[in-house]
Amino acid sequence: MTKLKLTQLLAAIPNKSPQPTHALSLTFQAGQMWGILGPNGVGKTTLLHTLAALKAPALGTIELNDQPITELHRLRLAQQIGIMFQEHQDGFPASVLETVLLGRFPHLSPWEMESEQDLALAHAALERLDLAEFAQRALNSLSGGERQRAALAALTAQAPDVWLVDEPTNHLDLHYQVAVMGLLAEQASMEKVVVMSLHDVNVAAQWCSHVLLLYPDRPPIWGKAASLLTQQNLEPLYRQKLAMTELNGKPLFVPIA
Amino acid sequence: MCVSMLSVVFAITQGSVNLSPYAVWQALLGQGSGLNQTLVLELRLPRVMAAFATGGLLAVAGALMQILLRNPLADPYVLGISGGASVAALAAILLGISGFLMSGMAFLGAVLSTLLVFGLSARLGNTATMRLLLTGVVIAAGWGALITLMLALAPPHKIPGMLYWLMGDLSYASTPWLAWLVLVPTCLILMPLGRSLNVLARGPLQAAALGVNVKSLERFVFLLASLLTAIAVTTAGSVGFVGLVIPHMLRMVLGNDQRLILPASALAGGCLVTLADTLARTVIAPEQLPVGVITALLGVPTFLYLLQRGRL
Repeated sequence: MTKLKLTQLLAAIPNKSPQPTHALSLTFQAGQMWGILGPNGVGKTTLLHTLAALKAPALGTIELNDQPITELHRLRLAQQIGIMFQEHQDGFPASVLETVLLGRFPHLSPWEMESEQDLALAHAALERLDLAEFAQRALNSLSGGERQRAALAALTAQAPDVWLVDEPTNHLDLHYQVAVMGLLAEQASMEKVVVMSLHDVNVAAQWCSHVLLLYPDRPPIWGKAASLLTQQNLEPLYRQKLAMTELNGKPLFVPIA
Repeated sequence: MCVSMLSVVFAITQGSVNLSPYAVWQALLGQGSGLNQTLVLELRLPRVMAAFATGGLLAVAGALMQILLRNPLADPYVLGISGGASVAALAAILLGISGFLMSGMAFLGAVLSTLLVFGLSARLGNTATMRLLLTGVVIAAGWGALITLMLALAPPHKIPGMLYWLMGDLSYASTPWLAWLVLVPTCLILMPLGRSLNVLARGPLQAAALGVNVKSLERFVFLLASLLTAIAVTTAGSVGFVGLVIPHMLRMVLGNDQRLILPASALAGGCLVTLADTLARTVIAPEQLPVGVITALLGVPTFLYLLQRGRL
């Protein structure tokens, strides 16, 4: 069973001195779907990059299945931990299929060409995100939402045990918001660890089993979504007055001007 | 592969004295007339081999630089490597040094320039690619000023030689073996790295997330591309546009898989310079043109055409 364990972890946020009282000590377990919530600039993206070992933490350690991630080879790590970025970098022009096939990179040795199986996985990922007809299109000719889905298709092809997803619903219309969250929930149900940052508290309330609330000025709190997503916790988080109602047994928050 | 073989054969047969392919074949086998043998083995073969290797080195270096800087306009000279070599070579001409020693100085100039750019932008990483590019461009501009100064101060009888060197000239290229010694292993080394380079071309952060050791790969690519350029410049002076145009043309035809693009660049770059050099020494034979003029005359319209078609 995959687990990602954080011990006294503080991400290194630029231009901010780390506050030891804000350290995180928690374990992301297989089958859980975590939402990281917090105001702009609190360090949600930095935390995800730190979890993916792309950035050294200011303090503390991260262990993947009881092994510190700093001791794992980059390639081994990429086989197990995958991340989808919020900003999609514009590299060299490439087709959608090529982009999705890159997800197979950590699974291949340097001399290997992509096999039929890798190609099949990439096509299945494209199919899963309704992008089959876009396979040969240039990536930079896609709309924002289509690029977002292509990035998720690449992560699907990578098939990691730990999914780190930065703002999965960005750019997506309502239909694809539901489709993408459904995909992530399906991965969690297949005993994967899913950790995502979210700006929409209602998406978290609908889909996440657990949440981590990052406050700018007080220690973070984490735990079951059902017990933490309350007006008392969320109003200071966003420094915004909220009204709450209920829909199908899940809370629904609306900001009050 | 076939086209490059043909271009080499074609290049050897053409010249002030036209030879039939059969006569060339005989000369290579050590038969035929003594004059033909000298012509083929001692004059044309080394020159054609040097031209081919130079083109290959430049095209591969260009393809690597474009990936490293993620900038389609990058070429082997963009980071000031040829500038350093040119200043050293012109200084050698001014001091009356020629031949092997001059090549050595050009090489040292290229290495010095590489180390200077690398040292000043040592922190390669996420945002530092832009730093590398800017440092290189500024240093190249500095070398350019020095070149102009030297040309302005040079005694008149030395100026044609200096200009020929600056425009790229293969008539002094008597030692192609060094270039081949670098080109062939480079192509072999780059084969297993092709997929890593594909990932790097998509951005350093994405590459790191997929398990590439970005820092060391970027360093390696920079130093390798610099070495290739230094050898090419040492062999033939600064031959422009090969490193810019060849990788782009191949990307249009073959897609953007570096496992294909890099070896194909070596072959296509080799063909282009071989043919350009053949033109350079036959158009107004027995006079010779600098090969850099021909590649630029071919390269500029090709590049503008590519830009117009919006494929860059």
